[in-house]
Amino acid sequence: MTALVQPLSAARRSKRMTPARWGLYAFIFITALYFLLPLYVMVVTSLKPMAEIRQGNLLALPAAPSIDAWVKAWSSACTGLTCQGIKIGFLNSLRILVPSVVLSILVGSLTGYALSLWRVRGANVLFGAMMVVAFIPYQVFIYPLVRVFSFAGLGQSLSTIVMIHTIFGLPTMTLLFRNYFASLPVELFKAARVDGAGFYQIYARIMMPMATPMIVVAVILQTTGIWNDFILGLVFAGRDNLPMTVQLNNIVNSTQGERAYNVDMAATLLTALLPLVVYFGSGRWFVRGIAAGAVKG
Amino acid sequence: MRLALSSRLSAISALLPALVVMFVVYIGATSWTVWMSLTNSRMLPNSNFVGLRQYQLLLGNDRWITSVHNIVIYGVLFVSLTLLIGFLLAVAIDQRVRAEDTIRSIYLYPYSMSFVVTGLVWQWLLNPTLGIQHVLRSWGFEGATFDWIVRPETAIYCLVIAGVWQASGLVMAIMLAGLRGVDDEIWKAARVDGLPKWRVYVSIIIPMMGASFATAAVLLSTGVVRLYDLSVAMTNGGPGIASEVPAKFVMDHLFERANIGLATAAATTMLITVIAVVAPYLYWRARKGEMR
Repeated sequence: MTALVQPLSAARRSKRMTPARWGLYAFIFITALYFLLPLYVMVVTSLKPMAEIRQGNLLALPAAPSIDAWVKAWSSACTGLTCQGIKIGFLNSLRILVPSVVLSILVGSLTGYALSLWRVRGANVLFGAMMVVAFIPYQVFIYPLVRVFSFAGLGQSLSTIVMIHTIFGLPTMTLLFRNYFASLPVELFKAARVDGAGFYQIYARIMMPMATPMIVVAVILQTTGIWNDFILGLVFAGRDNLPMTVQLNNIVNSTQGERAYNVDMAATLLTALLPLVVYFGSGRWFVRGIAAGAVKG
Repeated sequence: MRLALSSRLSAISALLPALVVMFVVYIGATSWTVWMSLTNSRMLPNSNFVGLRQYQLLLGNDRWITSVHNIVIYGVLFVSLTLLIGFLLAVAIDQRVRAEDTIRSIYLYPYSMSFVVTGLVWQWLLNPTLGIQHVLRSWGFEGATFDWIVRPETAIYCLVIAGVWQASGLVMAIMLAGLRGVDDEIWKAARVDGLPKWRVYVSIIIPMMGASFATAAVLLSTGVVRLYDLSVAMTNGGPGIASEVPAKFVMDHLFERANIGLATAAATTMLITVIAVVAPYLYWRARKGEMR
């Protein structure tokens, strides 16, 4: 059992199945079932016709699997008044995602760089305040921001939601890059200054290329965060740009008549697809991302 | 010298967006929210100062009381269960099990998905006519009842189930990092002393992992105060108002019920709660000299 501290041969011996080890694997097996069950149910349900769902067993494999529900969810399910499927939401989410990720990383890295390497007066105060803000619920800011954006003539629009994501991503992005730049050898920075490089030159030519690992982490963090956002998109994106999460909720929770569970589940899976791909595709980077962005909550 | 000055100006120019966000968005918006909570604003903000009248109304508002009640139940159960399960999962994985990577992925994948997705999946699983209850009955447990989501007294526990499912993997990841950071010498010493493994965890490892527990707990609690999407997607606050939460109370009163004064009073109450939790924590982290 104490495999952790034993030399390899002993560790191998300890892998014999003792009762405690059986218990351990039973625990892992049961908990893994709990975590996998919803995903499994989503997948099988999305592949069943409604008749089978109505009489059938939630856990049973589909007797006659079909992808009709997926097609319907993608292109013809009704969100409120229109029936063009979740693809509209998917495209909206993409249009929100790309500029938001780029802009929030740009602003965040620049802020983190200025706060870490340049002795700006009040830098610590600004940074400390941003850390506090990162924890504050959106409900505190939402109404004044709605007013400010409508006063500025932007109202609910694509540029509004992109700015909003940049604003609320700022604390985390700043934290990420500030800590990273602060960990680099300061000689590097000094040498560049002696060579006459200016603020933005050092940023663009030295710091950002060196920060590639942090940029990857930031992209993962912001991509999953922004894609999964619901409340900000609901309030700031406007009717024509509603992100996928909002449209999904509309499809599932406002349909009239009998609920098409198979279509609902297909739409749900489609919405979860991008974060899942990012998660499985990026492996440990995802964990680094959430650990670094932990403060965002 | 000229370069130094221009560089300094550049640094300030780079900080401009952050400064604007800080003053306009964070400080400005927060003060405005607090100010509106002291007025009798209804559909539009006005400046009729009414003191703490909105807070009085808030305390007499059934829906708010239910929301607070719910968030306390949800918060206590969600944080403690997630910490417990997350820690146990991390300990299990730390035993050099087979297929460690796969198991870790299984535990953590829900965290990558949104609360809306989580809420909708569990709404479907907990639905009494076709969900888990139906499965249990079809297995021969005729009397099995699992209809929590449609019963007002229990709906909030359904949110807990879904929340724990989504977030336990995150705690597992934090705890696993903590466990892997424990010095092997400690395990060796404990073995020499003949301590059983569980005793080592309880008496030595857990006390050593204070920082991991604190990080996870603060993280989870600030998530609790923000809880909105899950309630909207899973039950829409229902049945009736049984699973309302404060964040939803604020949103509904801002955008549907046109009662800005009351909504901002509720938001201010949330703000104070969060600061009361977070300020000591950040202070503690800063004192320890690791603001990260």
